[in-house]
Amino acid sequence: MPLTFNDKIFDDIEKGNKKWQEKLDKVFGAKPERLTRFSTVSDREIDRIYTPADVRDQDFTADIGFPGDYPFTRGVQPSMYRGRFWTMRMFAGLGSAKDTNKRFHLLVKEGQTGLSTAFDMPTLMGYDSDSPKARGECGKCGVAIDTLKDIEDLFEGLPIEKITTSMTINPPASIIWAMYIAMAEKRGIDRKAIGGTIQNDMLKEFIAQKTFMCPPVPSVRIIEDTVEFGTKEVPRWNTISISGYHIREAGSTAVQELAFTLADGIAYTEKAIERGLDVDEFAPRFSFFFNSHLDFFEEVAKFRAARRMWAKIMKERFKAKDPRSWWLRFHTQTAGCSLTAQQPYNNVVRTALQALAAVMGGTQSLHTNSLDEVLAIPTEEAATIALRTQQIIAEESGVANTIDPLGGSYFVEALTDRMEEEAFDIIQRIDDMGGMLSAIEKNFPQQEIADSAYHYQRQIDEKEKTVVGVNKYAVEEEIPVEVLEIDEELESLQIEKTNRVKTERDNKRVAECLERVGDACSGEQNIMEFLIEAVKADATLQEVCDVYRKVYGEYRDPGIY
Amino acid sequence: MKQKRRVRVMVAKPGLDGHDRGARIIARAYRDAGFEVVYTGLHQTPEEIVEAAIQEDVDMIGLSSLAGAHKYLFPAVVELLREKAADDIVVCGGGIIPDDDIKELKELGVKEVFTPGTPLDDIVKWVEHNITPRQD
Repeated sequence: MPLTFNDKIFDDIEKGNKKWQEKLDKVFGAKPERLTRFSTVSDREIDRIYTPADVRDQDFTADIGFPGDYPFTRGVQPSMYRGRFWTMRMFAGLGSAKDTNKRFHLLVKEGQTGLSTAFDMPTLMGYDSDSPKARGECGKCGVAIDTLKDIEDLFEGLPIEKITTSMTINPPASIIWAMYIAMAEKRGIDRKAIGGTIQNDMLKEFIAQKTFMCPPVPSVRIIEDTVEFGTKEVPRWNTISISGYHIREAGSTAVQELAFTLADGIAYTEKAIERGLDVDEFAPRFSFFFNSHLDFFEEVAKFRAARRMWAKIMKERFKAKDPRSWWLRFHTQTAGCSLTAQQPYNNVVRTALQALAAVMGGTQSLHTNSLDEVLAIPTEEAATIALRTQQIIAEESGVANTIDPLGGSYFVEALTDRMEEEAFDIIQRIDDMGGMLSAIEKNFPQQEIADSAYHYQRQIDEKEKTVVGVNKYAVEEEIPVEVLEIDEELESLQIEKTNRVKTERDNKRVAECLERVGDACSGEQNIMEFLIEAVKADATLQEVCDVYRKVYGEYRDPGIY
Repeated sequence: MKQKRRVRVMVAKPGLDGHDRGARIIARAYRDAGFEVVYTGLHQTPEEIVEAAIQEDVDMIGLSSLAGAHKYLFPAVVELLREKAADDIVVCGGGIIPDDDIKELKELGVKEVFTPGTPLDDIVKWVEHNITPRQD
């Protein structure tokens, strides 16, 4: 039964709307509308007004319903923020493991409720700090991890049996995870008791974030090993965080973010099923990660559409029966690409609005960017303001008092429907290409994103889109904030530390362990136990990655622009 | 009479940083402005960039870095060009680069540095004014 309106009411609305639009045409005939076109940040045109007529086909029970009920448009849990707030999880990583450990302790003391780790570029790309490829990059945009000793220092004094840890790592995700499991076991904690997330989403690396190592097919094979292992051995772990964040940061529209992310999720699901796993065994441990960009309502609609779409995909396409498989649980980060180096204090306001959209969209956890994140790794002060932003939204603004407060807004519901429809169209195109792996080989998502990014930049340059402090309200200024610098000495200290580990370990045992990893890679055995064994023997991150590179080869960027 | 050829620009991503949105947008803006563009793709070492620049006979290299390693990578490219007697190739940079570092990079031979928020047309105009294409 479409809402509570009958046909007579729709006739009245149509007549009323027509009359009102005519009146407006007269008004704007005399003095034109502010803009010739009103559109979202994704350049989607928006109407003057929305009425019940825009959602007349919507069925409350089937399309919106209640939180915790299929299709989860209003939230995955029945209680949502009436039960507890989202997890406040600030992404942090800088310099050495000890430096980052200090930042973790500060954030926990200030009320953060989950940990989230940023690694430096060499770690993300599978190189140790002493590699020639790592020169100048050690500890610069995250923490440097070479061996198990670094992971132990990183989590020193933190209760990993109680607090969950998210680790933003992709090509070497399996190895970093092995180190985390090894650390827990050395502390006497059962692997079944630890909880957290590895990002472990290689498809979006080829599409957008571009930290890749091996080609797509073997990359996905390693991921499926982690999915299988997690299902059986580490049941509280989210084995993949299927990420739209980077797709958006690379310049996609909101709908492209939605479509490409869910298409990646479909690809991982298909591969796991091919391996013989039952969908309800692993799907509940998939989590998602979205961007919250500047266009408030478009973002709220995107989150709501994402939940409804994934529920349909899991239930209808993959025949999942466990309701937890239908849940799209997601982490959100505010849009780094929306921050400006100019007048950086304005970034606090941008971040607050984006965080508000994420909360209105029902996120499970949230990172808020710091005002100086566009300039460097955040200072302690800036990171604290960003965390306080979440606390103000949660505990002062009152927006978390009721669930899905924008549900039923004609505009938000119409936009949710429209985004779902358009995203399903893109997913259909990807299916027609033979799925996401083939689409990536054809550079389809890469090219689509490049086109959107260029279009948006042109709109900024033409001043069709406003960036306050950049193309409007600009001022001459010296950057007024303090910028955190990473000590250049760190690189040599870190190399020294790793060398020490290498001289103290049993090299024969390391070589044997690495050989077993190599055998598992070229064969069919799951690699995870071999990895845990190798890192416990103090094999370095790069030593294991070199095995991957040797067995699988390296992927080269096709350089699409 | 010899005709002047078009400006030939290499857009390059040195180091391990994967942030290529800016580099790719710049490459496209150069192309739209009528320059010949060579885009290296990601994860290039300074040695690879210099070798490719010489081989492609470019007039300018635009380096992009957003992950903090510019202080090592940009001067490394300038230095290698000098070693190979190819320092007539102008080196510019762009990305997340603090003001103090810009001063230092310029002293080390990086000709110009463009930071976030610079309109594409300004960058294109800078190239048009400052880069003279060599004769073929």
